[in-house]
Amino acid sequence: MSQHNPALLILTALPLVGALAVFSLREAQAKLAKQLSLAVSLAVLVYTMVVLFSFDTKGDRFQFVGSWTWIKAFGVHLAFGVDGIALVLTAMAVLLVPAVILASWNALDSRAGSEEAATASGRRRSVKNYFGLILLLEFFMIGVFTAMDVFLFYVFFEAMLVPMYFIIGSFGGPRRQYAAMKFFLYSLVGGLLMLASVIGLYVTSSVKTFSISELIAHPMPDNTTQKWLFLGFFIAFAIKAPLVPFHTWLPDAGAEAPAGGAALLVGVLDKVGTFGFLRYCLPLFPDASRYFATPVLILSVIGILYAAFLAIGQRDMKRLVAYTSVAHFGFIGLGIFAFTTQGGTGAVLYMVNHGFSTGALFIVVGLLIARGKSRNVDDYGGAAKVTPILSGMFLLAGLSALALPGMSTFVSEFLVLVGTFTRHKGLAVLATTGIILAAIYVLYLYKRTFQGPVTEKVTRFHDLNAREVFAVAPLIALIVFLGVYPKPVLDVINPAVKQTLVNVHKSDPTPKYGTAAGGTK
Amino acid sequence: MTTATGIQSGVWLLVAIPALSAAVLLLAGKRADKWGPWLGGLITVPLFGYALALFFSVKGQHDREIDKHLFSWIPVAGFHVDAGMLLDPLSIIFILLITGVGGLIHIYAIGYLSHDEGARRFFGYFNLFVAAMLLLVLADSYLLLYVGWEGVGLTSYLLISYYYNRNSAATAGNKAFFANRVGDVGLSLAIMIMFAYFGRTDYAHLLFGNVQYTKGVAAAIGLMLLLGACGKSGQFPLQTWLPDAMEGPTPVSALIHAATMVTAGVYLIARSAAIFEASQATRTVVTIIGAITLLYGCIAGCGQDDLKRVLANSTVSQIGYMFLAVGLGKGVFAIGLIHLLGHGFFKAALFLSAGSVMHAMNDRIDMRRFGGLWRVMPITFAVFGCGYLAIIGFPFATGFWTKDKIIEAAFDKGGTSGYVLGICALLGAGITAFYMTRALVMTFLGEKRWEDDVHPHEAPRIMTWPMLALGALSLVGGWLLIAGGNVQKWLEPSVGPSIEVGAHTINKWVLVAITLVVVAMGVAGGWVAFGTRPVPVTPPMGVSPVTTLSRRNLFADAFNEAVLMRPGQWLTRALVFFDNRGVDGVVNGAAAGFGGGSARLRRMQNGFVRSYALSMLAGTIAVVAVLLAVRFQ
Repeated sequence: MSQHNPALLILTALPLVGALAVFSLREAQAKLAKQLSLAVSLAVLVYTMVVLFSFDTKGDRFQFVGSWTWIKAFGVHLAFGVDGIALVLTAMAVLLVPAVILASWNALDSRAGSEEAATASGRRRSVKNYFGLILLLEFFMIGVFTAMDVFLFYVFFEAMLVPMYFIIGSFGGPRRQYAAMKFFLYSLVGGLLMLASVIGLYVTSSVKTFSISELIAHPMPDNTTQKWLFLGFFIAFAIKAPLVPFHTWLPDAGAEAPAGGAALLVGVLDKVGTFGFLRYCLPLFPDASRYFATPVLILSVIGILYAAFLAIGQRDMKRLVAYTSVAHFGFIGLGIFAFTTQGGTGAVLYMVNHGFSTGALFIVVGLLIARGKSRNVDDYGGAAKVTPILSGMFLLAGLSALALPGMSTFVSEFLVLVGTFTRHKGLAVLATTGIILAAIYVLYLYKRTFQGPVTEKVTRFHDLNAREVFAVAPLIALIVFLGVYPKPVLDVINPAVKQTLVNVHKSDPTPKYGTAAGGTK
Repeated sequence: MTTATGIQSGVWLLVAIPALSAAVLLLAGKRADKWGPWLGGLITVPLFGYALALFFSVKGQHDREIDKHLFSWIPVAGFHVDAGMLLDPLSIIFILLITGVGGLIHIYAIGYLSHDEGARRFFGYFNLFVAAMLLLVLADSYLLLYVGWEGVGLTSYLLISYYYNRNSAATAGNKAFFANRVGDVGLSLAIMIMFAYFGRTDYAHLLFGNVQYTKGVAAAIGLMLLLGACGKSGQFPLQTWLPDAMEGPTPVSALIHAATMVTAGVYLIARSAAIFEASQATRTVVTIIGAITLLYGCIAGCGQDDLKRVLANSTVSQIGYMFLAVGLGKGVFAIGLIHLLGHGFFKAALFLSAGSVMHAMNDRIDMRRFGGLWRVMPITFAVFGCGYLAIIGFPFATGFWTKDKIIEAAFDKGGTSGYVLGICALLGAGITAFYMTRALVMTFLGEKRWEDDVHPHEAPRIMTWPMLALGALSLVGGWLLIAGGNVQKWLEPSVGPSIEVGAHTINKWVLVAITLVVVAMGVAGGWVAFGTRPVPVTPPMGVSPVTTLSRRNLFADAFNEAVLMRPGQWLTRALVFFDNRGVDGVVNGAAAGFGGGSARLRRMQNGFVRSYALSMLAGTIAVVAVLLAVRFQ
């Protein structure tokens, strides 16, 4: 294995270079810092699109593979490569970053865009550091998706939490330090469990390598060790995802992080958890994955319903959105551990859609909060009259969160449900009732904030400006487009999911009265 | 099944054009305020023309099931759904209804909303509704139907809460959407069952592919589809959202909540005739739901003082008749669909004249404050009168042909169940005559009971012309639909032939006579109660339990509140408490146990190092544990 395709190395390094450049600016050059960050993030986006469109959907599973020796003694490599799953998630991440940068443009100014009321003490917050941290985060995010070496992945996985810790802890809301600490501790516990498993994997594996493709090719024997190692990875990913009952850090972190940071936290960082299930848990520990599938499926369904009820009961808008995400992660977990092509493909598409949809939702909620200086829904009412554009964007983002047919979120949610149904009817039925709760938490939120009589405070709001529209509109346009025509993305995801299922030795159940053609026309 | 040729291949334009118009209206912003309503209102005219052309084009060929494949929509291994459209006799009568009656209502709405500053937004939503409804009926697979299905639900929600600054409107919109979502669970599960058992979701295979359904599978799919249909069509037990939906502007009530969207449930069942035919049990459930709902709607309709709520309950009841008909199965599907079309005419006429009254009375809708309006609004009165005659089944008006056929078919089912259903339907006809007479008398006849500041006047011509057209259709539409059995024959390829039963349970003419007597009794009852003595302007107190039952919608709302809403709220509160104190409390408590007080965790500067160290310790223990486990293999 001596491929040296530098495409992904360059892609990964690009935001790092950008981040260093932004950090090196002076505090007074805030405007330049913003412009530079936006330019870098757009360049990364364009570059990723080029990679995306040159991906061969009929080619090898892993493409653009480039590998260089890093720690020779342990066979650790700086290895990069993507399959369809990693590629679409990378694309989603780099699309969300410019949107977040645009949406947070004035978020640190004491007056206009800040989410908190200006206080007398008025903390001074470094603008350039904020945008630098976003780019640094982008570097880790791309790295975590493109790493082809378990050890390298672990490094990115752990390092990712550092910029996020500072984004929450330095730029967040009133309880930011509590939230940042909680986030850090949870992640750290998970990370250490994973470290143990990474080491265990190396020690026990027959090939003594960290290379993912090698490890997939030589699966472990089915024994207790495999189960323990699976659990190490699984718990780390379940905390990151987060799956109920490992979820309680997310509402705090999501609520206290600045809206842009929350969008990245929930939109991308949490996907690393579910990505990890697919990339690491399933292919590396196929027998353990099957062994633990039922409890995971049950936890997922509990998550869907439990978190949805919690979302309905929230008054803090950002906490509400965070809880909706916990419910959505239940769907993703369900799709992955149903072990069907539809479920798996649906889950991956769900991750992509959820990045856009929840990203958009966090951004619009942030824009509303920046106007009202309060996260409490009771402080709003009737805002549609005053801010029709914000209202429309809010509703569209909300509708995508409730998986309205015609939007891409529906395609993924339905694929997950149908893929689960063919194997676990009862669980699928329970999960399907979640769509009622989703409608309630979205529309009830919309009703309390944008409908009803106009409150006095709301009359002073101003509608979105062009920059704010440009932050959200592309995300929504994409959600609608992929709802009508998801095929290009499905075609990229599908082969990788099929191979993952081959790794776990599972194939789709055949329809009882099905036609021989397998249903294709 | 053939592929689309000639003008048929453009059938997707029926969806694309109104969708585009909606996008233009909603995205153009204030710039379009001036011309927007005209664009939105008149776009339906060419659509109707195109629909007619499609009708003649399909009529001219022998194989009348035409498929237009569009593109591969969701291809995932065995799950392979294409976007495509099906032109067949069933979908064609629906596109004619939607663009025809819909077109008239659109034109009426131009006048109705001429003074509304949000008219552009209204027409944006209204056009989007037309696009979604046409997609619903034209889709060639259940999954694509679902997109239209939810699209009409969304536009219904948007238009019910059109006056969003009113809390009641916002709440009604939410209620409608939630009820629809309950139905969506059914529709989703039906599609999942189809895929799990047949690997397909398209009509070509499931409905026209000679699939042999076993009783169990057909019943499972059928009942789930029925749940979806009940949500959309306001049928028991999901009916209570429909009267509240009257919060929307009246053209919305006419088009969406009377003529088209709420009949989508009937469409779904008729479309799935092949599946419902395979399960007698499911069809029995459909007829029972139809019978319960038709009586519920009638009874609730008697106790409303709000004219639009009377009409809404009447819609609930009339759709109950349609469910009853399609539930009777083979041979009666077409009758149900014909009543659906007739109902589209006369209910639209009734709603539009109710809107005209509202327009004249400063948006007041309390019938106790109307009275004597026939003098000042003769055209409106005439149109309402036509609709009235049609709905009560006055000889030779629409209902006489279409509704009485359903009563006849119910009796013809035979056996005890046939008698029970037939008597329900007959009773419903009598009560319908009663509450419609009440509404007519309270609104148009008797003394004026207007408040001082209203000066009623006839509506402008852009409103009266569509009303007159619908009024005329209410009178003669039923005869046109039933005469010569043309529509029944036309529908044969989609829902099977209508069977004229040789021996009726009750002689046909005897039944007609009985029905007329029952209806006459209803009319007389309404006249005696409301036409012969003054109507009080406030609802009388201390009324009989029956009246209370009717006024309170048979306590259906109270039931929902007590059984669903309150427990739901308690559950939500309990779970929030549990998550904060229970799940999170355990975590914080554990942290506190280690770190010495949860305050320590919050003041992280102080606690940072220690917490970090403790976490490291915990992690190390885990590492050691795993390594030991590994070692001992």
